[in-house]
Amino acid sequence: MTVTLESACELHPQVAIRPEPFGALAYHYGNRRLVFLRHPDIVRVVKTMGEHKTLRDTFVAEGVAESRWPSFIEALSSLTTSEIIRVLS
Amino acid sequence: MSSHSLGQQMKQGLDAPICLTWELTYACNLACVHCLSSSGQRDDRELSTEQAKAVLDELAALQVFYINIGGGEPMIRRDFFEIVEHSIANNIGVKFSTNGAFIDKKNAERLTAMEYLDIQISLDGTDAITNDAVRGDGSFDTAIRAMDNLKAAGFGQFKISVVVTRHNVDQLDEFKALADSYGAQLRITRLRPAGRGADTWDELHPTNAQQRQIYNWLLAHGENVLTGDSFFHLNAFGESLPGLNLCGAGRVVCLIDPIGDVYACPFVIHDTFKAGNVLEDGGFTHVWRESDLFTELREPQSAGACASCGAFDACQGGCMAAKFFTGLPLDGPDPECVTGHGEVLLPSVPVSLVPRPSMDHSKPARTLIKSKVST
Repeated sequence: MTVTLESACELHPQVAIRPEPFGALAYHYGNRRLVFLRHPDIVRVVKTMGEHKTLRDTFVAEGVAESRWPSFIEALSSLTTSEIIRVLS
Repeated sequence: MSSHSLGQQMKQGLDAPICLTWELTYACNLACVHCLSSSGQRDDRELSTEQAKAVLDELAALQVFYINIGGGEPMIRRDFFEIVEHSIANNIGVKFSTNGAFIDKKNAERLTAMEYLDIQISLDGTDAITNDAVRGDGSFDTAIRAMDNLKAAGFGQFKISVVVTRHNVDQLDEFKALADSYGAQLRITRLRPAGRGADTWDELHPTNAQQRQIYNWLLAHGENVLTGDSFFHLNAFGESLPGLNLCGAGRVVCLIDPIGDVYACPFVIHDTFKAGNVLEDGGFTHVWRESDLFTELREPQSAGACASCGAFDACQGGCMAAKFFTGLPLDGPDPECVTGHGEVLLPSVPVSLVPRPSMDHSKPARTLIKSKVST
């Protein structure tokens, strides 16, 4: 599923995040998928996205430079496929 | 998003393992000829229930997401359910390997009621003759009965785990069909010359032509078949198979054996690859993060004799354990190197220099014969 800047998303409640030197590992206890979050910024976005109305708000709050938004949107879209995050609206 | 490849980062190690195998006991009702841990008899030094729970508490603090429990036959332990329940209660999912002997109707229902639990039934043939030749008389029927009980209890998708040998490689399609008929998932792994497998590897390991057959089969079916990423040495044939293309020993993988010794991977139960013990000061965390052995394994490794081979990036020199237990240098080709570089070296290895497993818990031959007669 593709997310946009206006999407409201949250970390899936069955996912745990473990910090690692490269970023973090995310594990989904339901579908048993293990996913690598390969930058500390994407880890912060994923952890805090549930507190914001849209991804745009999350990026702004976490200080993600606008030039990086497209690559973040792409990465987050793939995280919906593995159900690490889910779209609320 | 990062300056280093993921593979590079993984080789430098993680704060905690991704794939941790924990063999709960050396006791086993079977005596498979390829047993990686030479299991059979319980070891008096095996961890107590309280010690095992303390290790689980430590793994929970490290955020180890799941563990692979094996043995021996783990269900032989009287505290098996207690240990599994403690693990799951601490958010450590459990996948356990079993020969199925203790999955009667009652236990199948108990297992079905548990969350975050995966079961792997070991099966090495789609018929009793092929399977029992490796796993022992009656073991095929035992496994099928366990699978029937799990199905009847509504467990859902369990796994059928197959070690691919020269004798069952032609049954891959049948294994898949068998798994499908149970709504199960098929897992196939590579035969290693570890434990008793060191003595039978010559007769059991797939021929070079069969390795190509496995590779082609995985390319066609790989998406739905689990492999534990154990066939990465076959990537030298061409297109890479799905999964992590690297040896994770001491970097993302390790083994805790029944007495708490920590080894670099489940296939190297040998003093050379023992990093420490979970009962020592600092526990598992210290062994994982600070032990000399694991530190060394996370340093850049030399490609050695393989450096000039065009396939090295694809196969990474293969499996450390397979090299070690066939007496080949660790910085050279895998004994099953698909280009044949390893095979030509094997005859020149003096038998006296081939390392033997450091521990052997096999039942005495007398007991084996007796139990054969009685079944």
